[in-house]
Amino acid sequence: MTVAAATADAERLLADEIAGRFPDERGRFGPFGGRYVPETLIPALERLEHGVREYLHAEDFQRELSRELRTWVGRPTALTYAPRLSERWGAQVWLKREDLAHTGAHKINNALGQALLAKRLGARRIVAETGAGQHGVASAAACARLGLTCVVYMGEVDMERQAPNVGRMRLLGATVVPVTSGDRTLRAAIDEALRDWVSDPLGTYYLLGSAVGPHPYPYLVRELQAIIGREAREQMLAEAGALPDAVIACVGGGSNAIGLFYPFIADRNTEILGIEAGGRGTGLGENSATLALGRPGVLHGSYSMLLQDENGQIQETHSVSAGLDYPGVGPEHSLLRATGRVRYETASDEEALAAVKECCEAEGILPALESAHALAGAKRWAQANPGKRVLVGLSGRGDKDMPTLQQTLIARLEAARQ
Amino acid sequence: MKAHERITAAIRARTSRGEPALVAFMTAGFPSRERFREHLQQVAGGADVVEIGVPFTDPMADGVTIQRSSQVALQQGVSLRWILDELEAMPRPDAPLLLMSYLNPLLSLGIDRLAERAARAGISGLIVPDLPFDESDELRAALDPHGLALVQMVTPVTESSRLERLCAASQGFVYAVTRTGTTGRNVDVPQDVLDYFDRVRALARVPVCAGFGIRSREQIERLRGHVDGVIVGSALVEVLERGGDARQWLESLRPSTR
Repeated sequence: MTVAAATADAERLLADEIAGRFPDERGRFGPFGGRYVPETLIPALERLEHGVREYLHAEDFQRELSRELRTWVGRPTALTYAPRLSERWGAQVWLKREDLAHTGAHKINNALGQALLAKRLGARRIVAETGAGQHGVASAAACARLGLTCVVYMGEVDMERQAPNVGRMRLLGATVVPVTSGDRTLRAAIDEALRDWVSDPLGTYYLLGSAVGPHPYPYLVRELQAIIGREAREQMLAEAGALPDAVIACVGGGSNAIGLFYPFIADRNTEILGIEAGGRGTGLGENSATLALGRPGVLHGSYSMLLQDENGQIQETHSVSAGLDYPGVGPEHSLLRATGRVRYETASDEEALAAVKECCEAEGILPALESAHALAGAKRWAQANPGKRVLVGLSGRGDKDMPTLQQTLIARLEAARQ
Repeated sequence: MKAHERITAAIRARTSRGEPALVAFMTAGFPSRERFREHLQQVAGGADVVEIGVPFTDPMADGVTIQRSSQVALQQGVSLRWILDELEAMPRPDAPLLLMSYLNPLLSLGIDRLAERAARAGISGLIVPDLPFDESDELRAALDPHGLALVQMVTPVTESSRLERLCAASQGFVYAVTRTGTTGRNVDVPQDVLDYFDRVRALARVPVCAGFGIRSREQIERLRGHVDGVIVGSALVEVLERGGDARQWLESLRPSTR
């Protein structure tokens, strides 16, 4: 099905999405998704798909996962009312606090779940990619917890700007391999992790960190992250006494967003907004706003929106936040965009930095630069919808961003003081 | 003769002389965009079939050599459109030509347009390393009316019923990957790998060519009798990179008995 046909057929596709019929048996979310990988990886993906079917929703697997999520990760994470941001922005602001999860971000939900699955599948060695380092840290921690060997590929550029996380991964026993090929950020790290996996497809488990990649990863990651939205929905009903009028999350690959959004998709009175990295502007290479500015194509195993040039070459991207600095996006987001159920906007580097500062000052919370994009989007929405309830996915904490913040916000504060 | 039959015929012509066919891969526009036509003629002069690599920013099945050649070609502005323009404008080599490309540059040109333009440029078939058979209906439907081959890859980990399906579907030849992993790294050829080639050959209706890590005449000697041809890629790209004579190097891979 073409993308134009998908948009024309939006209502039916949305009905299928709400009914849980995606991904279909071919791993598709409407026209998006699928499995575009070298033949060498097909047996590994089939084995993974079989494992997902066999274990993911099995009672004993879910019991073990729930216990680890409760006692080791610290779930459920809090829902925090943000009174001073509410006052400043004019709407009631609620924060889903994934920054309080073990290792500091939502990434642990997926890493732990997949590591448990890998163990059931008999894998001993795990490879993972990381951008901001949060998925790498989460994978390293989950592997340590379960006694698995962990190798993390990380772009050189990201190793520098997220230096604290490199040390954490090593301390947690992972081998961090610097990626010097390609753009030396998240995308090159995925390329390199795939090359590693192609070399040993049956002995190695690839622990993919976002809702991207070939089927069944987008599904698997969504299922493991949907706990964010399920908890938040219950907490809103219990603490705010009503569902939110809007749910907002940042979107890079889109794992925290799909996890938060998915349980709200059937709530048609709740508006859903994804915020991409607007970077420095709308020109090629100045941003990572895939859904806003891309067109469909195939990267890293799935058909989805993609930042590419007129020859189908993948674009370099830019964002102040390493976790959003990616030219692709999960296929389910492409579907949600095509159906109109989720609206995708952008927040610039400067808006994100301003949101970090505002959240620190007003609420005593240092958000990750990624999450700050969601806050910036929420601020805009709140100002346009006074008095309404907005739920923001605070996907992670900002401690890892100190090298970047030191050069930007903190340098400005110090300059202002002199 | 249909385009894809030209590939099969060229390989059979060589095997009928008791030698494995040589399928040579070169990245288009590497090391130099200006000398693409000259390099192609050189390579085509020494090989039975030529694969022209379309450079891509994210070649996930390739090792360092082809990553590097792709990057250099892209920096010089090589694109699928440019390659097709060049091929249309130059005298056609005798050896049948295939395009080897990751899927996205093909999608970007448009599948129907690609088929038409490739046929016009004298291309006989395509190899798309990130397009498994299960996702290839649309592309095959576009290539078929032009008689263009879609070569299927099989690997030592491909399970047997799937192997049968892929062998039955492949046109031109079956691309039998020697081992798991990316292109380029040297491969020795143990008995179980030879057994795997024998299995593939028993199932295939078209010739079987072995690729990934083939660099020397000794390897090719060992494969003789187990495959119909061998594919040399990274090693040839390195010869071109050094400014070596591609034709001479390819000829040095032929059996020494003459």
